[in-house]
Amino acid sequence: MKSLEELKAIREKMQGQVGFRSEDADQTRVVVGMATCGIASGARPVLTTMSDAVQKKGLQNVIVTQTGCIGLCQYEPIVEVMEPGKEKVTYVKMDSEKALEVVEQHLIRGQVVAKYTLSSTNL
Amino acid sequence: MTEISLNILDIAQNSVKAQATLIQISVIIDTKSDKMIVIIDDNGCGMTKEQLENVEDPFYTTRTTRKVGLGVPFFKYAALSTGGDFSIQSETLAGTSVKAVFGYSHIDRMPLGDINSTIHTLIHFNSNIDFLYMYRYDDQEFVLDTRVIREMLSGVPIDTPEVSDYIRDYLKENKEEVDKNQVI
Repeated sequence: MKSLEELKAIREKMQGQVGFRSEDADQTRVVVGMATCGIASGARPVLTTMSDAVQKKGLQNVIVTQTGCIGLCQYEPIVEVMEPGKEKVTYVKMDSEKALEVVEQHLIRGQVVAKYTLSSTNL
Repeated sequence: MTEISLNILDIAQNSVKAQATLIQISVIIDTKSDKMIVIIDDNGCGMTKEQLENVEDPFYTTRTTRKVGLGVPFFKYAALSTGGDFSIQSETLAGTSVKAVFGYSHIDRMPLGDINSTIHTLIHFNSNIDFLYMYRYDDQEFVLDTRVIREMLSGVPIDTPEVSDYIRDYLKENKEEVDKNQVI
């Protein structure tokens, strides 16, 4: 069994360098729908992939969170990207691969991946 | 839902929304009685009598974004279709307990699936809530209690990447030891 002792080492390493995550104005919020509709259509791996990729790429100004149902169940998994001062972008029918593309193109390079957005569907 | 672990994630989200501060999740596999038991127990706001009476009805929901509420009916159906059992107990201001019993070897039982991912997701994205997770296979079991982890970390946030990775490994290694890495 993996022991809890390892946590002590992590604590010692982390203590002192725990910075406050600033909720400042230039923070980008990435929100994944995690209600029944989202979960049933595959939101769990999308959320994990997004969060891991943002972590790995060291995107300090991006925060990945979850939300409930926004009423577009047939388009789940849905990912919303909210950048300060810009219009919200809604990505629909997402999966892990598309999520990585959004991280690369949108979050890092600032290019909206138009082919996955809600406005690209015939709503 | 294609995996029971997704039902668990979904039902636990109700506990999150009920402003629980402690959510207990147990997955118990007992091959002798051929049962798999899943319990999700919280200390959230609970349900009113009316809500409790209607919660198993797919056309009942408290949300306003849509007219159906399928989380509980899905879970109930998944259990009952394996010759199992399903029950919910709830008390206003005290909390809610959901219990599903599955026929373990029943052909219609969905696989448990990636339960580690469900537990990890819940802990990581609800870092203000404590989780007590228990996984048992016959007489082998392991427990993950975020209250203990939090105490050991003394102030280091539980969603710190290093801690998050540790929890992921902890779940993986201990589950493998308990169920000998079988497909459940």
